[in-house]
Formats: sequence, C-alpha cells, structure tokens
Amino acid sequence: MSDQVPVLRLEGIVKTFPGVRALDGVSFDVRPGEVHALMGENGAGKSTLMKVLGGIHAPNEGQIFIAEEPVTMTSPMQAKAKGVVFIHQELSLADELTVAENIFLGELPLKSFGRVDWATLYARTDDILKKLNVRFTAKTRVGDLSIANQQMVEIGRALTVSPRAVIFDEPTASLTDAEKVVLFDVIADLQSQGVGIVYISHRMEEVFKMTDRISVLRDGQYRGTLETAETNEDEVTKLMIGRSLDLSRNETEHEFGEVALEVRGLSCGQQFQDVDFAVHKGEVLGFYGLVGAGRTAIAETVFGLRTPSAGTILINGKEERINSPIDALRLGISLVPEDRKDQGLVLGMNCRDNMTLPQVGDLTAGPFVSDGAEIAIFDQYRDKLDIRTPGWRQLVGNLSGGNQQKIVIGKWLSMRPDVLIVDEPTRGIDVGSKSEIHNLIRELAAQGYAVIVISSEMPEVLHVSDRIVAMYSGKVMREFTAQDVTEDNLIQAISGLGDDKAA
Amino acid sequence: MTPDKRKDLLKMSAIWAFILVELAFFSIIGDRLSVSDKAFMDFENMLLLLKQSAPIGIIALGMTVIMINGNIDLSVGATFALAAIVLLESMTWPFMQTLGDWAIPLAWLFALLTGVAMGAINGLIVWKTGVDAFIVTLGAMLGFRGLVFMFNGEQPTSHLNWTLVDFAEAQFLGLHTATWFLLATALLLWLLMTKTVHGRNAYAIGNNREAAVNAGIRVGPHFLLNFMLIGFLAALSAVVFYSESGSVNPNDGMLYELWAITAVVLGGTKLAGGYGSIISTLGGVIAIQLLRKGLGHVGADTQTVNLVIGLILIAVLILDRQLNRKGQEELKI
Amino acid sequence: MKLTKQSVGTFLAKQGILVAFAVFMIGFALANQRFIDIDNIAGVIRSSAILGVMALGVTFVVIGGNLDLSVGSMMSFSTIVVLDLHDKIGPALAIPAMFGLTLLLGAFIGFLVGYLKLNSLIVTLGMLSAIHGLTLTWSGGKNMDIADKSGTWFSVFGQDRLLGIPMPILIFALLAAILGLVMAKTPFGRKVYAVGGNGQAATFSGIPRARIVFFTYLVSAFCVATAGLLQASRSLGSQNTVGQGMELEVLAAVILGGASLLGGSGTIFKTVIGVLILGFIQNGLLLVGLDFYVQYIVTWAIIILAVWLDVAAKRGSLWSPIA
Repeated sequence: MSDQVPVLRLEGIVKTFPGVRALDGVSFDVRPGEVHALMGENGAGKSTLMKVLGGIHAPNEGQIFIAEEPVTMTSPMQAKAKGVVFIHQELSLADELTVAENIFLGELPLKSFGRVDWATLYARTDDILKKLNVRFTAKTRVGDLSIANQQMVEIGRALTVSPRAVIFDEPTASLTDAEKVVLFDVIADLQSQGVGIVYISHRMEEVFKMTDRISVLRDGQYRGTLETAETNEDEVTKLMIGRSLDLSRNETEHEFGEVALEVRGLSCGQQFQDVDFAVHKGEVLGFYGLVGAGRTAIAETVFGLRTPSAGTILINGKEERINSPIDALRLGISLVPEDRKDQGLVLGMNCRDNMTLPQVGDLTAGPFVSDGAEIAIFDQYRDKLDIRTPGWRQLVGNLSGGNQQKIVIGKWLSMRPDVLIVDEPTRGIDVGSKSEIHNLIRELAAQGYAVIVISSEMPEVLHVSDRIVAMYSGKVMREFTAQDVTEDNLIQAISGLGDDKAA
Repeated sequence: MTPDKRKDLLKMSAIWAFILVELAFFSIIGDRLSVSDKAFMDFENMLLLLKQSAPIGIIALGMTVIMINGNIDLSVGATFALAAIVLLESMTWPFMQTLGDWAIPLAWLFALLTGVAMGAINGLIVWKTGVDAFIVTLGAMLGFRGLVFMFNGEQPTSHLNWTLVDFAEAQFLGLHTATWFLLATALLLWLLMTKTVHGRNAYAIGNNREAAVNAGIRVGPHFLLNFMLIGFLAALSAVVFYSESGSVNPNDGMLYELWAITAVVLGGTKLAGGYGSIISTLGGVIAIQLLRKGLGHVGADTQTVNLVIGLILIAVLILDRQLNRKGQEELKI
Repeated sequence: MKLTKQSVGTFLAKQGILVAFAVFMIGFALANQRFIDIDNIAGVIRSSAILGVMALGVTFVVIGGNLDLSVGSMMSFSTIVVLDLHDKIGPALAIPAMFGLTLLLGAFIGFLVGYLKLNSLIVTLGMLSAIHGLTLTWSGGKNMDIADKSGTWFSVFGQDRLLGIPMPILIFALLAAILGLVMAKTPFGRKVYAVGGNGQAATFSGIPRARIVFFTYLVSAFCVATAGLLQASRSLGSQNTVGQGMELEVLAAVILGGASLLGGSGTIFKTVIGVLILGFIQNGLLLVGLDFYVQYIVTWAIIILAVWLDVAAKRGSLWSPIA
C-alpha cells in the first residue's frame, strides 16, 4: 500500500498569527483507501490545519500536494473542486431548506433565467441519498431531521463531486452508538472506492478501531505518524501531551464531613429521572456519562436554571426550593458552567469585573461599586489560582483558555460556596493548566468544600473523585467509590449495560 | 404530517385566516352599527383597498427579500421620496418638455434608476465595510432625506401631467394600475424567491450565513443585488403613487420603512432571516389596509388604527413565542 | 508611549469619536469665528438638549442589548399629555401625572422585552405605532395649546435660566451626570453591561436579566418624559407628531457615541459627545453658509465612518472579508 501515490500530502506547513506560531512545520500524507487519524489536544493546531487545507488561511511556508501535484488552496469550494472535502463538527446546514438544497448549496443546477433545475437537483440528490443508504427524502426540510441524519446530509455534500480525500472533524461527537455504525459503514464504503480519509477525533477507542495510521500534533508541531496496528494508547497520549499527565487514580482515603447537598428522586421531564445522590463536605463527587446523559441538566436544576418536575433538594439537611441562580447563590451553591465563553464569561468585560459579577451588588460604598473591595477580591483569587494576566483591566477575551477558566472558577470561589459544582473543568485548556485545576479541586475538598465534578473524560473523573456517579440516558446507573471502581465497570454503567442502581 | 409541518402550515395560513376574521368582523359589526349605508364587502370598496395597499405593499414585498436575507432596510422611505422628486422634477427640465408624452417613460426611467442607485450605495457599503445593514440604512435614511431637500428645500415639488394621471387612474379588468403593479411585483418576487437560484441562495444566506459563505455563495454581490432590488421597488412604488398625485412633499415616505416592516412581520417572516414568504407579506399588507378601512367603516377614529396595528404586531410576537416554546423543562435563561 | 502605526490605529479606533469631534470644532472655528462664540455654543447645546435627554435613556437600553424605536412617539405622547393636563388639573399635578403615564408605557415595553423576552425591535416598532394612536386618541387629532401662555410658571423648564444657564442645558447636564454615574459606578450599571454583553453568562451569575432589561426601559421612559416636559415647556403648544422621526436620530447619536447595537458597550459620556457632534455639525454647516440639508448627508457619512472604523479595528482589516 505504501508505494501508492498519496491522494493528499502536506509538507512543512507553517502558519503564524501575530505573536503565535499556530502551525510549525506540519507534514503528513494520506494514501488512497486509508483512514488516517489526526490527533492532538485542543489548541494543538488541528483546526488551523483544516483552515489552511480549506484555503481559509494561506500558509506562510510549506506546500500542499494533491496526487503529488502542488496546489494552492483559496477557498473551501476550490478545495472541493480539487477533491478535498470537509465534514465539519459543527454542522453548517441551512435548516429551513430541503435536503437537496443543502447538499447542493452553492452549486444548485441552473436552467434558463436563473431558475433552479429542480428535476436534475432531485435526481442527483436521490443518487447520493441512495449511496448513503438513508431513509429520508430529498425534499425533507433539514430542520426536521435528527442530528445524525443532518450529519448524513453534511456527508452527502461531499459526494456531489468524486472526492479524493474527505476530512471528518469529530464526526461522532453527537451521535448515538447505532448512528455511529451507519457512519462507519459510509466511511468504509468511501475507503473501498479508494478515497483517502482524514479522521479527527479525541476518542481513542474509535481511532484504534478504524484507522490505519495516526498522526499527532502538539503545540502546532508535527510529532510523528504511527502505524495504528503497531502502537498503543499510551504511546499516542505521550506524543500528544509531551509528558504524561498525572492522571493516577485517586486513592486517598479520608473522612468526610456532613452531607452538604442531597438530592432525592429528582426528575426534570425528558432530561433526567428519579436521581438520588448526596455530597459531603470535603468530598469530590464525580459525575460521569456521555454527552446528553443528563449530567449537565442535573447541575442546572440544582442551580435553579431548570424547574424540576419531581423530587426534593436538601441543603445542609433542609429541604429548599431553588427557583433561580439567585436562590442557589444564597444557599451557598456555585456552578462553574460547561461552556466558558457562552455561560461563564462576559468576554467584553475586564478580568476583575467578570470575577466579581455575582456579588457586585454587595461590594458597595454608598450607592457605588467599591473599587477597592473589587480589586481586593481580584488580587486574592489571582494569587490563589495563579491567574496570569497583565492586570485586572485586561479584557477577559484576550486571556488563554486556561486563565479564562481560572477566572470563572475564581468568580465562583469568591462567593465562598458550600457546594461547588464544576462542569467540564478542563475542556479546551492546555495540559499545564489542566493539572493545576485538578490539584485545585483536590485542595478545595481538603479545605472542606463539597465539590461535584462533571466530566466526559474518564481519567479525569478517576483522578479527582472520591465517589463516582455513572449516568446513562437520564438515569443514575450506579455509584462507585474510588476504591471499588474499575474502568470496565464504569464503561458498562454509562453504556446502559451495568446493573441498574446496584448501590 | 409531522408536528413541525403542521406548525409551518399554521403559520403560513395564519395571515389569511386573520384577513377572513377581519372581513367577517367588519361586515357584521359594520351592519349593526350602520354608520355607512354601504356594505363593507362592497366590490368597489375592495378594489380601492387593493389600490391603496400598493405603495407600502410594493416596498414591503422588497423588504421581505431583504429580511429573508437577514438584513433590513430603513432607508426605503427616503428613497421613495427621492425617486418621487426625480420623477416630477425631471419632467420640468427644458429638454424633457420638448419631448411631449415621451417624457413620461424617460422620467420613470430616471426615477427608477435613482432608486437602483440608492440601493446600490447601501449594498456596496454593506458588502465592502461589513457594517451591519441596520446601521448602514439608518444612516442612509438621513442621507437620502438630505438629497430630497436638495431639490426644493422644504417646498413641495409639483408637476401634474394629465396623460400620467389618466394612466394611473385607468382600470384594466376592473383593477387599478397601482393594483396591477402590486400584483405583478408579488408574482415576480414569488417566482424569484421560490424558483431561482438567487432566491434559494437568499434563504440559505439568511438561514446560515457562514454555511453559505463556505459553500462558495458570493454573499457580498448577493446583498448588493437585493439592495438594488429594494431600491428599485421603492422607486417603483413612488412612480405608481406620484403619477397620480403629482405633488411630493419633502417629508413624504417618512415611517414607510416601519410600515413595510410591520407588514412583513405580520406575514410571518423571521427577523433573523432564512424564513418567510412573499405571498404571506402580501397578506400582511392587505390585512393592515383592511384594518385601516374597516375601523373607518365601523366608525372608529382613524387614530385607533395605529393603536390597533401596534398591538396586533405585539400579539403576533407573543403568539409566535408560545408556538415555539419547548415546554416546562427548558433552560431558564 | 511610542507612536507606532498600530498604536495610532488603536487610539483612533478607541477615541475616534473624540478626535472627530475635535477636528470638526477646530475646522468650523477656523472657518467662522462666530462658531466658538459662547452664545452660539450655548444655543447649540440648548437645541440639542431634548434629543440629548432621550439619547441618554436609549443608551441604557442599547447597552442592555436591546433597541428602543418608540421614544419619538412616546415623546409626542408626553408633550401632548402634559399640555392637555396643564389646563385641566394645573401644572403642579400635570407634570407628575405625565411622568407616571409615560413610565407606565415604559414598564409595558419593559415587561414585553424583559419578562416575555420578545424581540425589542418589533415590540418597540409596534409601540411606536400604538403610542402614536394613543396620542391622537388623547388629543382627538388636534394640536394642543395652553390657554394662558403668559400666565403660567410652566415655561420655566424650557425658557428660563438658572445662574445664567438655560434650564434645558442644566437639566440635560444634570441628568447626564446622574445617569453617567449610575452606568459607570453602580451595581445596576455593571449589571446592564453584563446583560447586554452576554445575557446567558449574566443569568448564570445570578443576575436577574428580565428585571434589568425592564429597568433600562423605565430609565428610557423617564428620559422621554423629561424630554416631553422640556418640549412642552419651551413651546407651550404642540402638534401630535412633535417627536416623529426622532427615534432614529436618537439612535444615530447613540451609535455615533460608539455604543454597539449588539449590547454591552458604550458610555453615557460618549453618547453626550454623539449628541453634541450632531448638534454642532448642524450649526457649523449653517454658519459656514451651507444649506441645511448638507447636515443630513454629513451625518450619514459620519455614522457609517464611525461604525466602520470600529468594526475594522476589531477585525483588524479595513475591508470586510466577505466575498
């Protein structure tokens, strides 16, 4: 296979932005009929690389070859015309339009007077849908389709040309297992036609199941390509993060305080049903499960952002009604939300103002906000969390992901909560900040906070938690202690295979 | 039928159902109150209603295209006045007076070209600077009005041409000239938006601009064309209206943009873009005019019209929100 | 600070509106000495005061992430109502009654936009029309005049001077100072910025978004009522359409001051500058002998240039990247 002409090859690609070397000499190639994984942490340069391939960014150095012919990419459309197609993670569909119109977006077949040639459009769409083996028709409105089927429409777009290379960016992020099988079939089919596949994913098990080779990026640099069959997860992880991140199991055994927060029979419509758990002072309770399993919705309900349809919430043993975040804050609950940029920060505000936002009403001297009180709080938590910023006047939008996350954590810690809920604490931040935040979480528990950590990363959950709640499809499947949990049990529980509620 | 489709159908037919309710209401109440001895549903009355809907109607149809595109145009009222002035003023130019009735098509051409040019200015600015259309056309609203005052200061401009008046007052198959223009505009724009690539791209851009850009649709020139289109239609509206009236006040057309937007929103077009229909806007235009005439018919003060239309617009918003609610379990943000 | 091309660019982008203001003032002053005459300056500010007072309120709404297109017709309403009530219940009662009614309208809009979360553009567009209808119904479509124009103390707000300063200027300055402090220094102001900058994050921070939006419309209504009072007191008689079209001029002043229509940015101080620029351009162009309509065209150019500079600075390139 290796003597075949690669369908796509990159050589020494460099891309710099003011102050950043986003890509620093990236080279790899994709052979016909191969599935080639591209891995790297968030911020490693994968998305910049895709933008260079799609002609959105012009590289400062280096060359792209298609079938060994040097090419210059100028736009995603031009890339497509040359046979390089992208399947984006964030679906880029117009959901008010039909399947056919979306598949041929930007290239609708024309008749006289600028009219759409509907007959040709539907005929060609039907051909593509047949290849994809899907149930919906060309005239279905895209907004009426499930996410998985929308993904199929996105893939259908790639098939309006005969692609040489298809780049999948985290295609399974929002798919169910059954839907994944269909996707893998489509990929296998493309593969058999000699199309080269670039497969960007964070999921090790998928990558090891279906790829031929793995290329790794770290901090914009190309770290090497491995034959999938000849390597293992450890080796890939090491390449990805440079050093091994300490994700050893949490095995400290210590005494907890009283129950700080308890939830009994809590339900919220379709989101989650009949959930019970309790978290003690000084304890880290991990919530583990797939995206959409209801973990975030539980946190939002406890924080007063959703109205429970049944069940009770007890704070320090007393039943409470929490109708809004204002209630939650009064009762000593803080939530570090999942989506830092949309829910955690006002990006156009400075660091200090972001940090003091929930309590700005209390930091007053007369009718005015007290500058001194605010700066005191900012300074205290900047030092405590080691936030690196030129000063409090810096707009929070200009900070790195890790420092932004620390501002959000600082914002909630400064409320001196009894219960701190952290949803996806290390999403999209660099390795260094990751372990700092892990340490911080352990430290907070040691100081007597009750901490709930929600995460999609199993090593993270195992590393920080004293107990782990496994969720599947809106239900608590099992509860483990740090001592009795095994990875296999945990995976079974969150796939709906474990014993129901064996406590 | 899926629930979504049912909701769509409900939305599409809502405006026509509303028109029927209006008709029934004003006929019955009108008879009871018997303020006027004529029936409300009088044929002549309905024909007149269509004619009177034309000036705002033609602009509202163009506004639908702009809003489906995800933009807005606040300068149409000023463009309307400017085109009207060009229309009437140009007929007084010496060389035009030597042409006899041939001056008429030429004056029309000047007026329409003025509209297209104004639209092109807006479109180019939106395209090249990337400033939001709301702000660009807000500025243009002032700027174009300045151009209007350039002609005769605060004095009205008048020029009555009887051939023109005869044309404007003519009826063909019972319908007035203005009505024909309104219907023809609606038909052509409906064809444009449903049958052509340009129209389908307009929906795609309004629906998901980034996706459209990535798919290689040239969004800038597309915007430019649509702004030229609405400029043309604002001028066409002026041509239709001022051919008959023959006198334009420099403040004419003020707030037309707001009336047009009201009609478009009543017709169910989404403010965010990507969804809407030309035919429903026509319904919105007729509904507003019916309300005006109907309230007059039942003896309500004409002032009440503004109040009622404003409240109906808000009621439509509340209704739309209720229809789109996801239920109790949604996130409270 | 070292003067590099970039630092000059950032400075222009940030303080462009002040620079433009200075350039205009100097230009006009060089062209015509009378422009910087103290009486002329006072005259300009005085005639800008009504627009300015309204712009202060709209700034709150815009920073909170919404629009208010109803201020023009609401100002007509306030003017007509206070003039009508003046003869019926006397000025001392008419003024608080008018403020109450105007605030009620503001509360209604605030309820719709804040608590029902309806689109503010459409709501205030509907209210523009509805309030206009309300005004016409109140007045019966007729002009409203005070019967005894020389025998009322009601004219103090629009016509008198205090310490030699015309009252409208004084009221405008006082209101600007108070609202400027509220916006910049109080928890409420901070919350308005947060709600406009990122409403979801504000909610997650325990800020009652609906209530904050509601209050921005109350502030706006209060300013409109004040503007109506100034207008009525100045002329002691009015048409029903006195505020017509002002909503967009007010918005132009606010945008000129650099507030983003997306919310979360802008200041009261800059809005005042925006108002003054509009006023001085109008005046300056007339003084240098240009026809009055030129101000419209110049305002058009300035609005677009101001916003263009702003977006260009943010994206780092003058021309839009859209093809």
